[in-house]
Order: sequence, then structure tokens, then C-alpha cells
Amino acid sequence: MADVNRGNRPLSPHMTIYRPQVTSVFSILHRITGVGMTLGAILIVWWFLAAATSPDYFAVVDGLLTSWFGVLVLTASVWALWFHFCNGVRHLIWDLGRGMEIDDVAHTAWLTLAASVLLTIITLVLA
Amino acid sequence: MSYKTDYGRVNGLGSAKDGTHHFWTQRISAIALLILTPLFIIPFAINLGDSFEAVRASYNHPLNAIIAGLFVITAFYHLKLGLQVVIEDYIHGKAMRTGSIIALYLFCTLAGFTGLFAIAKIAFTPLGA
Repeated sequence: MADVNRGNRPLSPHMTIYRPQVTSVFSILHRITGVGMTLGAILIVWWFLAAATSPDYFAVVDGLLTSWFGVLVLTASVWALWFHFCNGVRHLIWDLGRGMEIDDVAHTAWLTLAASVLLTIITLVLA
Repeated sequence: MSYKTDYGRVNGLGSAKDGTHHFWTQRISAIALLILTPLFIIPFAINLGDSFEAVRASYNHPLNAIIAGLFVITAFYHLKLGLQVVIEDYIHGKAMRTGSIIALYLFCTLAGFTGLFAIAKIAFTPLGA
């Protein structure tokens, strides 16, 4: 019975006293933005479905997407998209075995954040 | 009885029994999305909020329709691969985990196909019809 005492062993990391680092925060943000974009993806498909169905149905879906709630969800989705996009580039560079020194990792993290905000603003200006 | 060596039986497969297939297809779809995302999001952002007729006219153009169709299919494929890993990490118990992955696969196929069908219908419907 190798894991007989498993329930009583300490869990690592101790989330309540764990100091967040740029590495761990960006790692979980990649997941959160990825999962979160499911909603945005559904809204995009719904919008296309409405445009393919009828003017009346399109008016309903378009009205929802351009309401304050729709704009909030889509704005968050756009930032999530560009964050996941830029952070994905980071992951692909790591896959090549490059940029894995801790200084590089922190540097590209802040670059990712800045680029994602900039790209979000550009997208919102277009819309 | 197998005449393969122990190493030969497991070489390159891993616990999911499909080797590096998941990793590799996730990277390929990621690279495809690096190209498709900007090409999709620019016309989409411009069209969102426009009239029914304007949106139909925009996605009646083959370039916009092909990019949008490719984007939707690739995005839901990439979403399926990514959410599968999240499920494998956080959902425990064989029945719940397998059931969730099946539901995810079915959902992504449904959503991806619906998006592709809608875009194709817009593209193939003559303007003014």
C-alpha cells in the first residue's frame, strides 16, 4: 500500500501562501483564456448561423452581441484571443528549445501582455 | 503471444496510447491559427454590428468565406485538443473523464460543422436572394 497515507500528505503548492510568479500566472492565464474563449467561439458560430438564416433572426443575435453584455463578452474574448495568440507564440518558441532562461521567460511574458493589449485596442478600433 | 520486445511495444506511445499525435496536431493547428486568426478577425471586427445585407455581401466573397470556414474548423479542432488536456488534468474518475471527453468531442464537431455550414450557405446564396 504505497499511497496509504496520501490523504494526509501536504499538497504542493500551498496556494494560500504561494507567492505568484510571472511564470505560474502566465501559465494558468493561457489555460483560462483558452477555456474562456469557448464562449466567444459559440457566439461567433451563432452570429454566422443567424446571418445564414433570416434577417429577423440576425437582428436578434446581432442585437445581443452589440448590447452592453455582448460587447463586454466580446471585448474579453478579443483580449483572451490575443493573449492566447501571443502566449502561444511563446510556447512554440519554447518547443524549439529557445528562450527558456528565466530572464527570457519573464521578458517575453511582459512582451506578451503588452502585445495582447495593443492588439486588443487595434481590434476594437476596427470594430 | 507477441514476439515484440517490451521496448518495441511501448516505444513512442505513452499512457494515452496514441504517442505524440495529440502534441503534434495541437502544434500544427496552433501554427495554422497564427495565420488564420488575423485574417479572420479583421473582416469579422469590421462586419460585426453591420446590417444583415452588408454581412451577407461580405461573406459572399470567396476569400472571406474560405478564411472564415478554415478558421472555425481549425479553432474548434484546437479547442477540442486543448480542453481535452484540461479535462484530463482536472476531472477525475474514469467514467466522468471519458464521458466529458466524448461530450467535448461531440460538441466541438457540432459547433465546427454548424459554423462551416452557415458560412458556406452565406457564400453559396446569391446576393439579394
